[in-house]
Amino acid sequence: MDLFEYQAKELFAEHGVPIPRGQVAYTAQQAGEIAAGYAAEARAAGKGDPKPLVVIKAQVKTGGRGKAGGVKLADTPEEAEQKAARILGMDIKGHTVHSVLVAQDTDIAAEYYLSFLVDRAERSYLAMCSVAGGVEIEEVARTKPHALARILIDPLAGVTAMQAEEIVRAGGLPAEAQAGAAELAERLWAVFDQADATLVEVNPLVYTGDGRVIALDAKVTLDDNAAYRQQFDRFPDPGADDPLEERAKAKHLNYVKLDGAVGIIGNGAGLVMSTLDVVAYAGEEFGGIRPANFLDIGGGASAEVMANGLEIVLSDTDVRSVLVNVFGGITSCDAVANGIVSAIGLLADRGEPVRHPIVVRLDGNNAAAGRRILSDAALPTVEQVATMDDAARRAAELAAAAPARDPGAGQRGSTRGA
Amino acid sequence: MAIFLTADSRIIVQGITGSEGRKHGARMIAAGSNVVGGTNPRKAGQTVELSGRTVPVFGTVADAMASTGADVSVVFVPPAGTKDAVVEAIDAGIPLAIVITEGIPVHDTATFWAYACAAGNATRIVGPNCPGVASPSKSNAGIIPADITTEGRIGLVSKSGTLTYQMMYELRDIGFSTAVGIGGDPIIGTTHIDCLQAFQDDPETDAIVMIGEIGGDAEERAAAFIEKSVSKPVVAYVAGFTAPEGKTMGHAGAIISGSAGTAQAKKEALEKVGVRVGRTPSGTAQLVREIMRPS
Repeated sequence: MDLFEYQAKELFAEHGVPIPRGQVAYTAQQAGEIAAGYAAEARAAGKGDPKPLVVIKAQVKTGGRGKAGGVKLADTPEEAEQKAARILGMDIKGHTVHSVLVAQDTDIAAEYYLSFLVDRAERSYLAMCSVAGGVEIEEVARTKPHALARILIDPLAGVTAMQAEEIVRAGGLPAEAQAGAAELAERLWAVFDQADATLVEVNPLVYTGDGRVIALDAKVTLDDNAAYRQQFDRFPDPGADDPLEERAKAKHLNYVKLDGAVGIIGNGAGLVMSTLDVVAYAGEEFGGIRPANFLDIGGGASAEVMANGLEIVLSDTDVRSVLVNVFGGITSCDAVANGIVSAIGLLADRGEPVRHPIVVRLDGNNAAAGRRILSDAALPTVEQVATMDDAARRAAELAAAAPARDPGAGQRGSTRGA
Repeated sequence: MAIFLTADSRIIVQGITGSEGRKHGARMIAAGSNVVGGTNPRKAGQTVELSGRTVPVFGTVADAMASTGADVSVVFVPPAGTKDAVVEAIDAGIPLAIVITEGIPVHDTATFWAYACAAGNATRIVGPNCPGVASPSKSNAGIIPADITTEGRIGLVSKSGTLTYQMMYELRDIGFSTAVGIGGDPIIGTTHIDCLQAFQDDPETDAIVMIGEIGGDAEERAAAFIEKSVSKPVVAYVAGFTAPEGKTMGHAGAIISGSAGTAQAKKEALEKVGVRVGRTPSGTAQLVREIMRPS
């Protein structure tokens, strides 16, 4: 789970990582009020009218905000309100801006880079530090690899004060910034360690005109697997998920909405991913038919899970056919077949009868029993195909042949992109 | 001899009294594996009945090893307790620990992996979030169904459970020396490279199938290793060509970040070193067939 910058900075502040003062605003008016507060404080402290007064930063979980016009300076509260109004609602790489961070402007003397992350290749943690900050770090890695220090962190020992000093020295930070940067690095490590982060990144790490080192930006990715021992729900992201993904999540289904027309249900992440690919290949023959979703019903899935999955997939208005591809390892194919039969019955009882063709391929554990259950049920919408390739082809063919749903039927479905 | 598991492997189940440990313990025994015991620190001295066998429960891995001569542990302990369970297995010095548990925080995996390294890697760790290791007709440690394939001379290493099963089933007429599910988490113990090396050295393996998926660069690193150190034929399959950037596809590690971790890049890296890469699971099986049974 990625955090917004303002959420990441909340986490930073809790661990004593210095950040510029700032508050999140959801409306332009709020942004103006926050700026007015900072202006009044500055006057009360006898500092006059600082220019610029604040920086307004779009809160989106993607890079390149500055280039997209999502970061603006403002000299007055009125200007802050105007600029916030322009940034709110903006689309940055497909992400709509719902909030802005209004932060006091920082007097930047130099920009550096600092991060901690999970290093898959080394099966450990990595610290990265560079004197060349404020630009994309991939760019630095490519053009000036010697300017980017990479230091492995022993998960058993963590980052000691001495190692923090080593990290910032290796990154080539100038002597005057090293002490402040090392202290910040130690605290940043505490964020990584205690919040179950897989990435904490500060770019730029700033050396200020008055000699302090602060985190001007903040990027944090948290490990979803650690949700049980962390309070991740304090970092909400309303409207991030597709509505169908929200519903699937509520039913503990592993579902990702995609943009095609063949609904996919399978068991096991790898097999489902593979099924998406095979459907896309088969779909090339039928004018570019593609998978509509990823849905992994997992190992040992019950009839109920199958029914929930089918219901979610069928309520996607983009779906024109469904492919159920199950290799029964632990999952028993008779349970899958029972799930299909009961789901179709359930939807019919609700007055939402299934009209889309459902292609089913069952193999492995209890496959014969599963196939027999489906044959005996003689459901007009269900068609069994023996192999994964043929089933994918048939599902793509049926999706291509099906008329797009009439607009009136789409009310309960996905509103992705709307 | 196969790899990692032999007919003589003596298996214990950590978490044997839990529902998963019980269910799969019974399945392993039914498959002919030599399950000699299990652990639960609160139920030492008790027994469980699995597939008609009375299996003793020990308080610790060390006790289980001392009493039974166990040399393999299969870990079904839930995520919150997995790290401690694996550390215990490492402390006991068991040669092989197979961690089936899904949903372990990556910091916990990083910690127990570092712990295993600090202990001199005397314990091979497979997983976490993996289906286990199966050497058909010899031993089966984990949750790979025993009846979907036969013994043969193909070695298989895979990040994905169900794709492993699919491939074992497709090639059941040719058969497998050993299939290793290494798991799809960002940090895993045994890697593609470890398995490639073991299959290269195994006289009972003639060809290797490698199944990868999006995320990370394990397949690219495996390709570099194959070029340098593997002379046996390798056929690969990579899942996730249609996966969008930034979305986790089921496995915690299966995510494309920016331009990194794409299926296309993995396929190209493998093909560049002479690995034949199948377009679909059945296409991949066909490539293996051509190697094992040239017409």
